[in-house]
Amino acid sequence: MSPRSKSKTKTLAAADELSFEQAFEELEQIVRRLEAGQLSLDDSLALFERGQLLAARCGGLLETAELKIKKLIPNGLGDDFEDFEDTET
Amino acid sequence: MDETWSVSELNRYVRQALEQDYRLQGVRVTGEISGFRVYPSGHWYFTLKDAGAQVNCVMWRGRAEAQRSRYLPREGEAVEAQGNITLYEVRGQYQLDVAWLQPLGEGELYREFLRLKGKLEAEGLFAPERKRPLPLQPRVIGLVTSPAGAALRDILNILRRRFPLAHVLLSPTPVQGDEAPPQIVAALAALARHQPDVIILARGGGALEDLWAFNDERVARAIAAARAPVISGIGHETDFTIADFVADVRAPTPSAAAELVTAISVEDLRADLDLLAARMAETLLETTQYKRLTLAELQAQLKGLSPQAQLRNARQRAEHLSARAATAMGHRLALERERWQGWVQALNEVSPLAVLERGYAIVNRPEGAIVRRAKDVKPGDPLRVRVSEGEFGVHVG
Repeated sequence: MSPRSKSKTKTLAAADELSFEQAFEELEQIVRRLEAGQLSLDDSLALFERGQLLAARCGGLLETAELKIKKLIPNGLGDDFEDFEDTET
Repeated sequence: MDETWSVSELNRYVRQALEQDYRLQGVRVTGEISGFRVYPSGHWYFTLKDAGAQVNCVMWRGRAEAQRSRYLPREGEAVEAQGNITLYEVRGQYQLDVAWLQPLGEGELYREFLRLKGKLEAEGLFAPERKRPLPLQPRVIGLVTSPAGAALRDILNILRRRFPLAHVLLSPTPVQGDEAPPQIVAALAALARHQPDVIILARGGGALEDLWAFNDERVARAIAAARAPVISGIGHETDFTIADFVADVRAPTPSAAAELVTAISVEDLRADLDLLAARMAETLLETTQYKRLTLAELQAQLKGLSPQAQLRNARQRAEHLSARAATAMGHRLALERERWQGWVQALNEVSPLAVLERGYAIVNRPEGAIVRRAKDVKPGDPLRVRVSEGEFGVHVG
């Protein structure tokens, strides 16, 4: 448990670089760990701070999210994409 | 006849000729319904056809409304229609002005539909255990539909509103006509190379014939083979195609498909996020309060373990012990005193002094020896006489 959490702490990505899903999932884990208790006060505070960053990241992504639409142009191999903009917005 | 007619005159004459032919009035015709459309005016337009021919039909609003309550015709159904043959002069098209309709049993297209449905059903392609759940938060939504259709616009508007976090991968295909089925299959295959989390297969409403590409066996098998769950949104709520039966989820319309694919909207996520943030803050508060409490307890315990406290404890114990000792000593002394008084009393009782009180006297020589025999003294000797109270000197006479 502890070596895993340690390596996790080391490889924590900056919250700003996470996708909504990643940030949300990590936030859920943090809340679960906080609720389970059994953490030192230092660890709790560190988790809380991380959680706040993640919550801010998620909130920001929700605010600015814009549906991305690509049109597939099959060429049989890798296929090409082009941005698709429908006339009505 | 050397008359020359205008087109209008010709059409009017033909119309009257048709309407005056008693065999063409109140005529009964059997055929399959096709291209059935209800116009905003309330009139119905459709075609009756068989294997080799077709005739335009119209049912005016008043009759259509009456008809609706008896039997509502559907695409592909074989019907018997009764009405009058007339001519639509504007177009020069003759048509059946329908008075009433009744079903003749299942039409040819419908029979084919049922045959394929039965076959695929027997293969287990519609089995409930084959149905895969839709992802709750799809990252990539594959969309197989016509790039020009209203269905696409409807879907995109809903996705934009409900779940703009997603990426949409549009795999364009015609959705109508004989060429549509292989192209739908190809569009699904192209999409599969990019591994969407879910696929929407959609087409807006139209005549049953227009939806026929979705009753194609090739399309059905491509849907069944798709690696991602497929949701169908084809035609209107009352339209059921083979594609609907094979799909993991059937939505009544393209818009409904978009709604179902985004079961969790960004609004829901925002609410979840707020809840998580609140839980986190609450838990931290509880934790710090608990820790503070524990800290206070520990501090109290620690105080008890300090040298000063130990010293104080020892001192207290010593004081306590000495107090106990003092009390014990007091008791002891009192006891001794009582015993001592007892002895004094006893001594008093045997004391010669007590005898003196009864009037005896003790005679001593000056050096202290008690005179017990008269011959021990000679006249003139000084003696001391001790009586009960005091003593005095005498000389032996």
